[in-house]
Amino acid sequence: MTTDKAAVKSHAINMESLGRNRSEQSIHDEDITLSVDNLDLYYGEKQALFDVNMVIPRKKVTAFIGPSGCGKSTLLRCFNRMNDLVDTCRVDGGISLDGSNIYDKRVDVATLRRRVGMVFQKPNPFPKSIYENVAYGLRIQGINKKRVLDEVVERSLRGAALWDEVKDRLHDNALGMSGGQQQRLVIARTIAVEPEVLLLDEPASALDPISTLKIEELIYELKDKYTIVIVTHNMQQAARVSDYTAFMYIGKLIEFDNTDVLFTNPTNKQTEDYITGRYG
Amino acid sequence: MKEKNTYTHHISQQFNTELDDIKTRMLEMGGLVEKQVADATNAFMQLDTGLAEEVRKGDALVNALEVSIDEDCTIILARRQPAASDLRLVLSISKILSDLERMGDEASKVADSAIKLTELGGLPRSVLEIRHIGDHVAGMVRGSLDAFARLDIDLALEVAEEDKAVDLEYGTAMRSLVTYMIEDPRTISSVLQVMWALRSLERVGDHARNIAEHVIYLVKGANVRHVNIEEMAATVQDQS
Repeated sequence: MTTDKAAVKSHAINMESLGRNRSEQSIHDEDITLSVDNLDLYYGEKQALFDVNMVIPRKKVTAFIGPSGCGKSTLLRCFNRMNDLVDTCRVDGGISLDGSNIYDKRVDVATLRRRVGMVFQKPNPFPKSIYENVAYGLRIQGINKKRVLDEVVERSLRGAALWDEVKDRLHDNALGMSGGQQQRLVIARTIAVEPEVLLLDEPASALDPISTLKIEELIYELKDKYTIVIVTHNMQQAARVSDYTAFMYIGKLIEFDNTDVLFTNPTNKQTEDYITGRYG
Repeated sequence: MKEKNTYTHHISQQFNTELDDIKTRMLEMGGLVEKQVADATNAFMQLDTGLAEEVRKGDALVNALEVSIDEDCTIILARRQPAASDLRLVLSISKILSDLERMGDEASKVADSAIKLTELGGLPRSVLEIRHIGDHVAGMVRGSLDAFARLDIDLALEVAEEDKAVDLEYGTAMRSLVTYMIEDPRTISSVLQVMWALRSLERVGDHARNIAEHVIYLVKGANVRHVNIEEMAATVQDQS
């Protein structure tokens, strides 16, 4: 009798069980992976980012939204110094990863890009087998032991929710896969080298709705292990997958908040206009 | 404070029209409910069974409006996935609809009591309390709908404050009616009808307060349900 009562009690609905509202979760409670400080970025004479200050919380999904040309992809590319590849690009201010400045001269960019992996809008698998695509990052690090590679390939493909679909054809050419599968393969290739941060630049915008949902589901699973930053044009996608959302407009960070707050009660009028479809 | 009347200026004209449409229809329904409450009060005061019957029949329209507008809200949620102030607009309309529908039910109950009181032969004593509280809550209904239409949170706060006054008046009226019953037990059945009607009118005031709370949510994005009036006032005055 007493145990029954105890069982009932443990399932009772009480004020404590309601806990805090999700919307009360604040960036100030988070462990920070990346920190952007007074970042200005110029392409030649043209300034593309204006005094951006923000932090990216660890093992959370942070989404960047904003109209085309607002600088969200540019900012994303700063996190693994992809902008170095643009000759005219110049950066002022700093970004630190786990407290150390990634724009420091001593930083090895290849190492940085291994720690901060990136996935693009259009799936870009190499014209090789599925297996070799995933193993690529390890091979260039000089790891060629079959046992190690087998293990990493399986773990990465499982991590990218692709293993069950491809385990019987690991040595088929990756270009024979569907677009959604190719995108998940690219994610598997990225996580094979165990990065800390995953940068996703419109990862689902070239995919059909079902593949899109699979990618979103994958993002949800991946945040257990990785810090994820995603750029998306699809506001509903940002609302679905992210914990924090940053709204950018003409090179400036306009508003950055808990996603639940930003999509129900944004502070800034420009944010409000954009997410309610009044921009233009 | 956020800019008022923000329902327009969407890139999608069709979306503007849809939001404007549910807003307008809800206000029309509100006007009907306000009239139902006023008619029920008048029917009770004048023991006008014809008017009371009309109020009872009118409730069917209130119910149908609730279902129809709520369906429109559901469709907007499904098709447009509104965000921010648009989301709050659709949610608050949907909630206001159920408060209006419940007010309609209460008006109908007042009409029922009016008919029963007439059948009992009325009451030798005047029932000014009904007139007083009836007018008071009808004013609150109007105020809450005006607050919604103009996104006027100060007015919403006033409506919420009025509810306290109505509760006090209701308490006073109850005590006086109880005294009356004790003095003349033959009037108990009739006085009970007055009490039921007062109870219903007092409930209308509660629903008007709920609508005022939904208006504050709509404008400020802050939930002021189940908080006291001081906290509500602080939320309304918060400039952030």
